[in-house]
Amino acid sequence: MATALTLRVAHSPRATGIVLLMALAYGVIPLVGSSYLFEAILTPFLALALAGLGLNLLTGYAGLLSLGSAAFMAVGAYAAFNLSLRLPGLPLSVTILLAGGIAAAAGVIAGLPALRLRGFYLAISTLAVQFFVAWAVNRIGWLSNNSPSGVINAPRLVVAGLSFEDARGRYLFSLTVVALLTFAAWRLVRSPTGRNLVAIRDHETAARVVGVKVARTKLLAFALSSFVVGVAGVLWAFAYLRTVEPAGFNLDRSFQILFIVIIGGLGTLRGAFLGAGFIVVLPLILSRLGAAILGDGFDSGTLEMVQRIVLGVLIVAVLIREPAGLSALLDRAGRRLFGRPPA
Amino acid sequence: MPRKTLARALLAGSALLALAGGACADEQHFPLQSYRVGPYAAGGTGFFGGFIDYLTLINSRDGGVNGVKLTWSEGETQYEVERGVEVYERLKSRPGIAAWNPLSVGIAYAMIDRVTADQVPLITINHGRTDSTDGRVFPYVFPLLLNPYSETSGIIEYLATREGGLDKLRGKTIAVLYHGSPYGKETIPIYDLLAKQHGFKVEQIEVPHPGNEQQSQWLTIRRLKPDYVVLRGWGVMNPVALKTAQKTGFPANRIVGNVWSNSEEDVIPAGEAAKGYVAITTQASGAEYPVIQEIVRGVYDKGTGNLADKKRIGSVYHNLGVLNGILNVEAVRIAQDHFGKRTLTGDEVRWGFEHLRLDEARVAALGAKGLFHSINVTCANHEGEGRVTFQQWDGAKWQVVSDWLKPDWAALRPIIEASSAAYAKERGLTPRDCAAEERADASTAKRASADGR
Amino acid sequence: MNPDLTFFIEVVLGGLLSGVMYALVAIGFVLIYKTSGVLNFAQGAMVLFAALTFVSLVERGLPFPAALAATLAVMVAVGLTVERTVLRPLVNQPPITLFMATLGVAYVIEGASQLVWGAQVHALDLGIDDTPFDIAGVLVSRFDLFAAGIAGLMVAVLTLFFRYTRTGLAFRAVADDPLAALNAGLRLPRIWSAVWIASGIVALVAGLLWGARLGVQFSLSLVVLKALPVLVLGGFDSIAGAIVAGLIVGAAEKLAEVYLGPLIGSGIEGWIAYVAALAFLLIKPSGLFGLRSVERA
Repeated sequence: MATALTLRVAHSPRATGIVLLMALAYGVIPLVGSSYLFEAILTPFLALALAGLGLNLLTGYAGLLSLGSAAFMAVGAYAAFNLSLRLPGLPLSVTILLAGGIAAAAGVIAGLPALRLRGFYLAISTLAVQFFVAWAVNRIGWLSNNSPSGVINAPRLVVAGLSFEDARGRYLFSLTVVALLTFAAWRLVRSPTGRNLVAIRDHETAARVVGVKVARTKLLAFALSSFVVGVAGVLWAFAYLRTVEPAGFNLDRSFQILFIVIIGGLGTLRGAFLGAGFIVVLPLILSRLGAAILGDGFDSGTLEMVQRIVLGVLIVAVLIREPAGLSALLDRAGRRLFGRPPA
Repeated sequence: MPRKTLARALLAGSALLALAGGACADEQHFPLQSYRVGPYAAGGTGFFGGFIDYLTLINSRDGGVNGVKLTWSEGETQYEVERGVEVYERLKSRPGIAAWNPLSVGIAYAMIDRVTADQVPLITINHGRTDSTDGRVFPYVFPLLLNPYSETSGIIEYLATREGGLDKLRGKTIAVLYHGSPYGKETIPIYDLLAKQHGFKVEQIEVPHPGNEQQSQWLTIRRLKPDYVVLRGWGVMNPVALKTAQKTGFPANRIVGNVWSNSEEDVIPAGEAAKGYVAITTQASGAEYPVIQEIVRGVYDKGTGNLADKKRIGSVYHNLGVLNGILNVEAVRIAQDHFGKRTLTGDEVRWGFEHLRLDEARVAALGAKGLFHSINVTCANHEGEGRVTFQQWDGAKWQVVSDWLKPDWAALRPIIEASSAAYAKERGLTPRDCAAEERADASTAKRASADGR
Repeated sequence: MNPDLTFFIEVVLGGLLSGVMYALVAIGFVLIYKTSGVLNFAQGAMVLFAALTFVSLVERGLPFPAALAATLAVMVAVGLTVERTVLRPLVNQPPITLFMATLGVAYVIEGASQLVWGAQVHALDLGIDDTPFDIAGVLVSRFDLFAAGIAGLMVAVLTLFFRYTRTGLAFRAVADDPLAALNAGLRLPRIWSAVWIASGIVALVAGLLWGARLGVQFSLSLVVLKALPVLVLGGFDSIAGAIVAGLIVGAAEKLAEVYLGPLIGSGIEGWIAYVAALAFLLIKPSGLFGLRSVERA
C-alpha cells in the first residue's frame, strides 16, 4: 500500500495532491469541521482565493495591474442580488453565471484604458472603476432595491431544491463553485488563449509580430478576470457575509486581493490559494497567539497594532526572501522532497 | 475495574462537572466586538471603555447582578464587517452570553440572521437598522433609545424650538450634509417627508467618503444660504465640515450635528471653528453624574479603569458606553426577576430587554439623573421612546442647551412598519403576536405569585 | 459683480488652492519614483506618522521649533530605515513587487505610529487664523493661501537643490538614465537615501498642512487617494507636472461637483478626478508635459 502510494506520487505528485486535497475538502472537513471553521475561516478563504484567482489571470498571466478588484466583486454581488430579486424563477446557478457575465462586461469597459496605458498608470486608472462603482451602488437606489439603509440581505442559497443554508452547506456551496472555476481557469491557461495572455505580458511587440491580437486579448483578460472576481463577490456576499453592503468592497479589499496574488505567486493558480490562506489565517493566528501570550483581558487595540506591524513585516519579508511568492517556496520544498520539480 | 474504584471515579468526575458547572452558573458574559484601532478607534475606545467600566463597577460594588458576575471578552474588528463576523463566530460558543453590542451598523446587519438563529439579543444603541424597531419582525434586535428616523425627527423638533414652533419652520431652508454611504443616505426620505409636512425646504448634499475635502459642498451651501445645516457626518468628515464652514463664512451655531457627529473627537480637530456647534445626543456628557463619579472612585481610583486617558471620562462616547452598560445590566436584572437569579440564556435576556422600563425615578436611583431621560421598551417597540437633548460645544466642552425632546414617534411608526412588513415578506416571516405574548406573561406571573402564596 | 460669476471664481479659486494641497502629497511620490521607479504607497502612512509625531511632541510640551526639528530627525530616520531594510534588498525586482513592499511598509508605519502615539484624534494649530477675507465679493481662505505659499517655497527649495547641489545633479542624472549614471561612478544607494530623506521631509510638510486642515488622525493617510489622479495626469516623474496637474485636478473636481453634481448626483468628487485624468491621457497619451515614458503605450 505504502509503496503503491509512493509510486503514484512519484508519477504525478500534483494530480495526487489535488485528489487528496479534494477528498479532504469534500470528505473529511465537512464531517469534522466546527461552525467557526466554516463561517470564519473556510468560506471567506474560498471567496478570497477565487478573487485572487481572477486577479491572477489579469495580473499574473496577462501582466495588467488592477487595483479595482473589489469593484468587480461588488458588481458581481449586486448583479446577483438584482437578478435573484427581479427574476425570481431563475435557478441560482444561472444567476451566478449571469452575474459573472455582468461583471465581465464591466471588466471590458474598465479595461479600455489598458489599450493606451500600462503599469502604474493603468493600475491607478482602475481606481476610477473602484470609486465609480462604490459611488454608483450607493447612489442608485434601484440597485439595492431602494432599501433605506442601502444594505441588503442576500437571498437563500438553494440549488435544485437543495438548501445550503447552514454553515457547512455554505462552505460546500463555495467549495463547489471555486473548484469548478479553478478547473476552468486551469484549462484556460493551457489553451491558446492562455498562451496569448502570457505572450502579451512577456513581450507585447513580439506577441503582435506573431499575430496575437493584442487589444482583443487584453480586453479578454479583463473580461475573464472580472468574471471570476465577480463570482467571488457573489460568494462573499451570499455565502459568507449574507449581507451586501458597499463598504465591504472598498479599496482595502482590492489591496487585500492584490496581496493575495503577490504573496501567493504571480502567474500560478495555486498562488491564489496559498496567498488567501496567508492573508485570512495569519491574522487569526497572530491574534490568538497574542491573546494566549498576553491574556484575554489584554487591550485588543495594542494587540491589533502589533499584529498590523507583524503582518507588514511578514509581507516585506516574504517579498525579500521569495519574490516569486509562496508558490515558488512550495516548489522548492517539493524539489527537496521529491528530488525534482513537480510536473 | 473494581466496583469501588469505578464509583469513586464517577464521583470525582461528577464533582468536577459540578465545579465546572458552578463556575459558569453565576456568570453572565458580554462578548465585545470592539474597535480600538483604525479610523474609528476614537469612538471604539470611548464606547467599549465606558461599557467595560460600568460592568467593572457592578462587579466590584455589587458583586455582580444579584450575585451573578459579569464577564466580557474582546475581539478587535477595526469596524470591518468580516472581522466582526469572525469575532462573532469565535466568541458565540462562550457560556452565558447575555447580548451582543457591536456599535457598528455594518456588523449589526451581518449579525441579524445569526443572532436570530442563535437566539441572543443584538443591541444597536442609537444606530442600526431602523425597521428593527419593530420587535414583532426582529425579535432579537434592539436599536435602543434612538433610530435614524427618530433622530431626524428629533433634530427637526429642536430646530422648531429655536424658531419658536413647528409652524415657524415654514419657508425656511435646511441643508443636510450627509456622508456618502448607506448610513448617510438612510434619512433622505425622512427629511423629504418632514419638509413636506412642515413646509420647509430641504437640500441634501452628499460628501464622498472619507470627507477630507468639502470645498465644493460648502460653496454650494454658501450659494444656497440655508437657515440651518444638518451634519450627518462620520469620522474625519465632521471636523472638516466645521473647518470648511468657517472658511466659507457659515456660522457654526447654525450647524446641527447628528448622533455620529456629536463627540469630542468630531470637534476638537476643528479647533476654534467648532465653537458654537450644536449636536443631538441621547446622553449628556460630563462627569458630574453620580454613576460616573462612582466609576471614577470605584474603578479609576483603584487603577482598574479601561480608558487609557482619564481626561476622557465623561466624554460623549464614554458616557454612551456607560449608558449602554446601564441598559444591558438592567435588562439582565429585569430578566432575573422573572426567570430567577442565575445565569440566563440569551432568549431570557431578550425578554429582559423587552421589559426594559426605566422611568425617571429609576434612572435617578441608578445615579444617572440628567445623564439620560428614560426608556420604555416593549415587545413591539424595541427602540423604547428615547428622548434626545442638544449640546453646544463651547470650545472646551459640551453644554446642554435644550430640554429632553420627544421625536414624533407616531408619525414615523407607519413607515417603519411598512419597511419591516416588506422585510418579513421577503424573508417569509410571520410577525409575532405581541399582545398574546404579553397576556401569556401576565398569566404566568399570576400563577407564579399564586404558587408563592 | 455678477453673483454667478463671483461664485464661479470662488469655485475655481477654491479648487486651485485645494489642488496645491494635492500636489504637495504628489511630490513625495514623484521624488522616489523618479530615481528608483518605486510607487511608494507608504507615503500616506508617512504623512500620518509625521503629523502624529509632531502633534504628540507639541502636546507633551515641546516648543514648536524643537518639535519640528525632532520630527524632522525622526522622518529622516524613517526614510533611511525603509530604504536600507526594504528597498535595497529588493533592488532589481519588478515594480509591482516594490509597490507591494511599500504597502507592507505602510502597514508597519501605521501600526507603529498608533502604537506609539495612541489612536486619539488631535487638533493641530499652526497659528493661522482661518477666517476668510473678501476680495470684491470673492471669499478667499487665509489658510489655503498660506499653504500655497509653503508649497511654493518647498518646490523652490527642491528646485534649487536639484539644480545647484552635487546630490541634486546626481539625482537628475539617475532619473535621466540610471545605467549611465552608474557607469559614471555615481553611487545609487546614496542617492536613494537622499530621496527617501527628501520624501520624508515632504511628508512632514504635507502632514502639518493637511493635519491642520483635517485634524491629526488615522484618516490623514487617506490623502494619498487625492494625490493619485494628480500623478496620472502630471506623470509619476515630474515635479512640475505634479504641480500643474494638482491645480487642474483641484479645479476640475470642484467644478464638476458644483455644476455637474446636481445633474448626475452629488458626491462624484471621489472618482471624477480619476476619470478626468484618464480621459486626458486617452486623448493625449504623452501626458501633460509630453515626457516620453515606457509606462504609457
